[in-house]
Amino acid sequence: MKSQCDKCGKPATVHLTEIVDGHKAEKHLCEECAVSEGIAFKTNLPISQLLEDFIRQTSQPEDDPVCQACGRRFSEFRQEGLLGCPNDYDAFGGQILAIIERAHDGSSQHVGKVPHAGAETQKKQTDMLRLKAQLKTAVAAEDYERAAAIRDQLKKLEQEQA
Amino acid sequence: MKLADLPKNDCQWLRGVGPMHDVVISSRVRLARNIAGMPFLTKCSPQQQQDLEALLRKTLLEAQLAPEMLYVDVQQACELDRQLLLERHLMSKPHAKAEHPRGLAVSADETAAIMVNEEDHLRMQVLRSGLQIEQAVEQIARIDEKLEARLDFAFHSRYGYLTACPTNVGTGLRISTMLHLVALKLTGEIEKAFRAARDLHLAVRGFHGEGTEAVGDLFQVSNQTTLGRSEQQIVEEFCTQIIPQFIRYERLARTSLFKRNALAIEDKICRSLAMLRSARLISSAETLYHLSLVRMGVHAEVIKDVDLKTLNALFLMIQPAHLQKVRGQEIDSVTRAVVRAEYLRKTLGGN
Repeated sequence: MKSQCDKCGKPATVHLTEIVDGHKAEKHLCEECAVSEGIAFKTNLPISQLLEDFIRQTSQPEDDPVCQACGRRFSEFRQEGLLGCPNDYDAFGGQILAIIERAHDGSSQHVGKVPHAGAETQKKQTDMLRLKAQLKTAVAAEDYERAAAIRDQLKKLEQEQA
Repeated sequence: MKLADLPKNDCQWLRGVGPMHDVVISSRVRLARNIAGMPFLTKCSPQQQQDLEALLRKTLLEAQLAPEMLYVDVQQACELDRQLLLERHLMSKPHAKAEHPRGLAVSADETAAIMVNEEDHLRMQVLRSGLQIEQAVEQIARIDEKLEARLDFAFHSRYGYLTACPTNVGTGLRISTMLHLVALKLTGEIEKAFRAARDLHLAVRGFHGEGTEAVGDLFQVSNQTTLGRSEQQIVEEFCTQIIPQFIRYERLARTSLFKRNALAIEDKICRSLAMLRSARLISSAETLYHLSLVRMGVHAEVIKDVDLKTLNALFLMIQPAHLQKVRGQEIDSVTRAVVRAEYLRKTLGGN
């Protein structure tokens, strides 16, 4: 194997074989040249940076879902790398799924520990989040009748969970 | 137990006498959890942040997670105290720097530390000296069980435990080991080792975690994927395949260093010890550089009159907040260089 970098002549550490239209092409690069070519990752790059780059590369700007429970936009997540609430995982659908698969080596199904309460409470959790958001809006709009009704629903859910 | 007592204690993770201690300084496991029915921190109102802090503080203190627990209101704590907790690896840099209501619960032996309102509502960690991942995982699972008996965590049937950042979703389990890779650094093979690590989906970071520099040739190696594998699988893979490889590479590099030119490497080690025993002014970066070589020297039995425990304690005590705590007053960085040199001479029997 060729031991020098094609570009600068330093010792090559990245070796690449590409087959394009049936023709084989080999590349031998040193770490620095490989990074500048976009073939290798820079060392010591934090995960969050990798994720941000990836999110920027993969998502389409015109498709920007909003979570009804917390009001977070997908574009905000794309910028900051952090979600607003548990419901975002459903609200951002396929876009979040792609990011999860990429971050977890192709996996998107949890196989580890499950809480005693189990996943049945999942819907309740999301309902509670949505109700809390609605309660806030109702109070802000001074619609106290509606706020009281929402509060009762919340109480009921909380009792069921306990 | 009081916060003021911490600097006088041996730091669990730096005790440095656990299994494989020549290469593995410490093992750390972390679980990320969020309270169901609440937004993540990014979307919490100041009131919700305060409510969460109050609820979690109460729960952590009541749940009997350890024989003795200390709770620190991080928002109220002074900068020096926050720096001290950071240096002891009991909390993260963002947690030390933030301004919103947040806290930290620490067990008296410092093996368990739980951050409240960091990136996730709860970030629990267990730290052990040397290679003790299984033991650390057992301890953290017990803590998780006790908390789950009192709290509902956000959980999704497909994605598992939900976290603010999708890189932690699933088990929420991150395993890290702090490795002393001095010989790989000296022989220039460290880049090769890191490339291999990345191929295995591992993250390599500096002394204080994400985005920090490696100092004293100390590196944190941790798993990246938290979803699609059970806790047991993650631990098994890490303990049986990944870490033994790093240990083997580092030990081989040490052997080859001595084989190639024993006198040159012994000279380097002994000069470093002399530097630490003689300097009048020394920065923490320079101290850590020399401590790293001396640490290898102790394991290679080139240095016989310095014991490992003293040396490990120095890695911690020469850092800014610890020096100031020992002095009992705030001191500027120039004076710190003097105090640090004095401390080193006193501890290592210098002149």
